[in-house]
Amino acid sequence: MDIIVCVKHVPETAEAELKIDSTGKNIEKTGLVYDINEWDDYALEEAVRIKEKQGGTVTAITIGAEDSDATLRKCLARGADKAIRLTDPKFVDSDGYAIAKILHSVIKILHYDLILTGMQAGDDGNAAVGPILAQMLNIPHATMVKKLELATGTAKVNRELEGGLEEQLEVKTPALFSVQTGINEPRYVSIMGIRKAMQKEIKVMTLADTGLTENDVGTAGSWTRIEKLYVPPVEKQAEFLKGTPDEIAAKVTEILKSRGLI
Amino acid sequence: MSEGKGVWVFSENADLMLEMLGKGREIADKLGSKLAAVVVGSNVADRANELLKYGADKVYLVDNAVFGRFQAEAYLGVLYNLVVNYKPETVLIGSTKNGKPLAARLATRLEVGCVPDCSRLGVDEKGRLVGERITYGGNAVAKLTFKTKPQIVTVPSRAFEKPQPKDGSGQVIKLDAKAEQAKTEVVETKPLETSNVRIEEAEVIVSCGRGLEKKEDRALLDELAGVLCGQVGCSRPLAEDRKWFSEWVGLSGHKVKPKLYIACGISGVIQHVAGIRDAKVVVAINKDEQAPIFEVADYGVVGNLYEILPALKEALKKQLQ
Repeated sequence: MDIIVCVKHVPETAEAELKIDSTGKNIEKTGLVYDINEWDDYALEEAVRIKEKQGGTVTAITIGAEDSDATLRKCLARGADKAIRLTDPKFVDSDGYAIAKILHSVIKILHYDLILTGMQAGDDGNAAVGPILAQMLNIPHATMVKKLELATGTAKVNRELEGGLEEQLEVKTPALFSVQTGINEPRYVSIMGIRKAMQKEIKVMTLADTGLTENDVGTAGSWTRIEKLYVPPVEKQAEFLKGTPDEIAAKVTEILKSRGLI
Repeated sequence: MSEGKGVWVFSENADLMLEMLGKGREIADKLGSKLAAVVVGSNVADRANELLKYGADKVYLVDNAVFGRFQAEAYLGVLYNLVVNYKPETVLIGSTKNGKPLAARLATRLEVGCVPDCSRLGVDEKGRLVGERITYGGNAVAKLTFKTKPQIVTVPSRAFEKPQPKDGSGQVIKLDAKAEQAKTEVVETKPLETSNVRIEEAEVIVSCGRGLEKKEDRALLDELAGVLCGQVGCSRPLAEDRKWFSEWVGLSGHKVKPKLYIACGISGVIQHVAGIRDAKVVVAINKDEQAPIFEVADYGVVGNLYEILPALKEALKKQLQ
């Protein structure tokens, strides 16, 4: 079973104080803490677990600058066999479609039975690259996967739906699955493990190696365009209720009553 | 396909379809074009007729037993063929767990762009669709346009108001379509073992976050929820990191719309707040007066939930007796 896992080195933005950069279309990245995208962490773990059970290889692929190696090293330490970093200044500001094109250019010449991605990236939250890549490769896919079982030529996956429902799909492989957090528990990697992974090679590929042109990637190769990025204004402020717990409880009760909530 | 005209909406979710028709009508009027809904399913003719009352000029109806349940490849094939034949300029697809990947694949097959989860949609002075989406974990909003047509966006539930029904003069156009050969089969659909209650429908929710120190302390919330005939929820860390709950309220979890939401020990990162935007009244209890939850709450209590909750339970009990 040869598995490709697409990973992304992302800044932690949910709890950070974000600033918009001078272009007005991107965030100011200095000072942000980067790590492997949370959902990708589960995808990688799932791939390694399958490999440990059934044999085969796990290849981690990312698109990004040299600092993305930290994420690839983590993948290698966790048990990935190979790592590929696609790096080119022209790749910067690619939308989901252009990103999928770059991944596709490399993945189409690799052997794979399964491609795993995180359900979404924690930074842009598009959840688009997985389905787009599956379409480009013309393979079936499922999103929000929280359980994965493999048989010969097929995979059974459980995915979450709305309204408290879960569905089980039987999908012919090769297939692409976007993995939801909680599908497994990503293993802890020791410093020793990461140090060992430092010796493994990370294959670096540039635009020239992909067979694509400048017009296929970056803003030129994107079909959507960010016009503006802004930090939404802080909304209102709560009316604070003060006093002892009993006094506060009485005030809350009074408010709920006056607003017809109880 | 740039010569296309018309605004289309599609969702397998009936409520979301109506919400999108409201917004779709507005966009179509601005562009001076027609609004069409696409209905795919089995025995759905009534549903198609109903949509004419909600602003659709046309409904393209594909009514066939093979489309009785959502099947990704089959639905993709139907939508793809319809778009190629009728060339709409703009397509709104409901951002459900099935609709979102469907939109991404449709756009790719058409070789056009797709902007997911637009919580705002408008038309600029050049007649281009402008979508706004929450990004960077909810800390920023991106405004996007398209270089290609049709302009495909997905729309989350409850981003837009459902319009009032009126007498419609539109028409239903029945179409035949075959299901493309599928590589994906739905084996079964069943309720999640963990979710015997549907928190999305709850009128009162008492929710806890990292301020809850032990799993057993959930009893405090259960008791208060019991008095208020509500349900208990939590923020993501309690489900994902601590595994004390199986589901959570938030952008990546359940979006809720209770009349009353009591947030206990929840800091209120945007991931969580995005899930409670539709709550009518939010009461927040947190030790940290700087907690961002107080920016979205109507009423704030700076204090210890272990002291406030029991007091509140008693006060409410007395009131309700």
